[in-house]
Amino acid sequence: MKRTKKINSNTFLLMITIVLFAVMYIAGMIIFRENGFAKPQMFLNLFISNAGLIVIACGMTIVMITGGIDISVGSVTALVCMVMAYAMENKGMNAYVAVVIALAIGTLYGIVQGYLVAYLEIQPFIVTLAGMFFGRGMTAVVSTDMIAITNETFMAWAKCKIMMPFGSYNKNGEFQQAYIYPTVVIALVVVIVISIVLKYSKFGRKLYAIGGNAQSALMMGLDVKKTKMQAYVLDGFLAGLGGFLFCLNSCAGFVEQAKGLEMDAISAAVIGGTLLSGGVGTVIGSLFGVLIKGTITSLITTQGTLSSWWVRITLSALLCFFIVLQAVIASIKKKQAKN
Amino acid sequence: MKKKVLAAFMVACMSLGMMACGGSGDTTADAPAADAGTADAGAAGTESAPAADAGAEDSAAGGTITIGFSQVGAESDWRTANSESMKSTFSKENGYELIFDDAQQKQENQIAAIRNFIQQEVDYIVLAPVTETGWDAVLQEAKDAGIPVIIVDRMVEVSDDSLFTAWVGSNFQLEGEKAAAWLDAYLTAAGRGEEEINIVDIQGTIGASAQIGRTNGLQAAVDAHDNWTLLAAETGEFTQAKGQEVMESLLKQYGDQIDVVYCENDNEAFGAIDAIEQAGYTVGLDGDMIVMSFDSTNAGLTDVLNTKISCNTECNPLHGPRVADIIQKLEAGGEVEKEQYVDEEIFAVDGTVATVNVDGVDYEVTVVTQDVIDARAY
Repeated sequence: MKRTKKINSNTFLLMITIVLFAVMYIAGMIIFRENGFAKPQMFLNLFISNAGLIVIACGMTIVMITGGIDISVGSVTALVCMVMAYAMENKGMNAYVAVVIALAIGTLYGIVQGYLVAYLEIQPFIVTLAGMFFGRGMTAVVSTDMIAITNETFMAWAKCKIMMPFGSYNKNGEFQQAYIYPTVVIALVVVIVISIVLKYSKFGRKLYAIGGNAQSALMMGLDVKKTKMQAYVLDGFLAGLGGFLFCLNSCAGFVEQAKGLEMDAISAAVIGGTLLSGGVGTVIGSLFGVLIKGTITSLITTQGTLSSWWVRITLSALLCFFIVLQAVIASIKKKQAKN
Repeated sequence: MKKKVLAAFMVACMSLGMMACGGSGDTTADAPAADAGTADAGAAGTESAPAADAGAEDSAAGGTITIGFSQVGAESDWRTANSESMKSTFSKENGYELIFDDAQQKQENQIAAIRNFIQQEVDYIVLAPVTETGWDAVLQEAKDAGIPVIIVDRMVEVSDDSLFTAWVGSNFQLEGEKAAAWLDAYLTAAGRGEEEINIVDIQGTIGASAQIGRTNGLQAAVDAHDNWTLLAAETGEFTQAKGQEVMESLLKQYGDQIDVVYCENDNEAFGAIDAIEQAGYTVGLDGDMIVMSFDSTNAGLTDVLNTKISCNTECNPLHGPRVADIIQKLEAGGEVEKEQYVDEEIFAVDGTVATVNVDGVDYEVTVVTQDVIDARAY
């Protein structure tokens, strides 16, 4: 009985997110149908532009389920982009090696931060704040220049369009096939794999248990420290992978890149139904959180005259809504537990 | 009570969901049929009715040219003037529809905006890039969709030049050369043509195209004059605070040896003037040091009027008319030049030098008066 309750609040928050996304998008399709909003490509663009963020938000969701947070991911992204650009352009490194380095940077970040959080029991906010400063600083140390990536293998990946079996007609009546980039496939695979892991694996179950109540998880005989550490390592790895996808989209490395990306990832997770206090959350929800952010941006760009700062304002309103909703659910659950 | 709350939520969600399903059926059905289906708009609710009307108007107008403009942000007066120029040029009255997107200094926002413009099937994309690099993939998408891209302000580095149609921006090298030519002409007119002239250069952010062009312009002139010495060149990062700091240290080092302070933008000049005056020197043509500046912002020209800055070379943000020119030419089926510079003026505190000559072309020097400042758009 207790277990079904928990899953209920998981799916309830998720449902609201999905419905909200659908309503927003369909409203956009109706209002801006003359501006191409109803085209399938417009929808796929949400994934293309946010592939990196989707992967990073998955990692964020994992650590938030354990009750932690990771605000270093934006800097990790910048560092990964810069190191990849520098390695390929200035050192003539092979693109495959550069990808391995990118993933290694992320994983190393995860190991160090995970150790500090899990075994030395330092506040995750402080640990990852240090990580954030370090990452941004190291990016500038590698190079303060803007490095364009021209590596042939890398650019072939970045420009490789995967054509879809559908499309739309443009205003001249020509048929244009919809397309995605490999980044989208990678991002979706990550979402699917992580959600299976969270739902069906022992590791996933342990994450929810620790986030719900670390004390009782410990009493149940779970290795809290080790699981937390694993969560941060996985999160770090995903930040590295997300950084690589981000780099495929921007094809450049420079210090100011991906500033504030961590906040986008956190807000996506919260809008997707992840509780800041831990124990509740799904990566599917975070995926929709990212898509909601993308939809708002897209709606405001399409509208054409509104200041783009309205994206932030709308997002903040949504965040408020979801936080209040979470609080309401929590209080309902408390009352039920008393009864 | 709580059951009621929950029930209310559920009902709300369900009704929203139903609306969503109904809506999706409508739109996906008529998406391939292009814009023909305005009849079923009524079914989708009251909200969509005005939208449909607007759509009908648009297609009736026919002649409007839609332009998607992705701007860097609103970080400076120059940038704001640049945005305003675009907005006023591509207005409804002039037969344009402008879709303006502020990227908040983020390249990824600009990439997303360009993808959005492509799906909106705008007629032209105008891009003021945040960065010079990383545009290959998205500009390729625009090219595949057959939408011409016009770059303004900063140049982009792309592997294939055909990815953009034209570039409009400032000729920073010429700005530097004009300023140096003014200095040369002024010193000659003032009878100091043979005198030893010591110059300090407070540079912009190193690597910025404005810094490179303006520094090169000065350097070339120094090399050409045996009696000119460049004492030092240090970066003031285009800011007032850094400009002041650099000037203070230069004054400690060289003191009254300095004859000319060449600041690469107005903000640096404000800082430098503060430093010079605090050190007990005077600025101006009759003072201890001549201060030269670039950008010609409103505040910069006011300082020229107050005789603090002696010469101020414009960096024109009004790109709109030149871009409109290109678009009109393209609309008429003509060819356009790949790289186009905006016209830029040079302002001075007095009329000693009427024109400056760079590479055989004469540029008129405008004497700053309150009327001149008031007449400017920014």
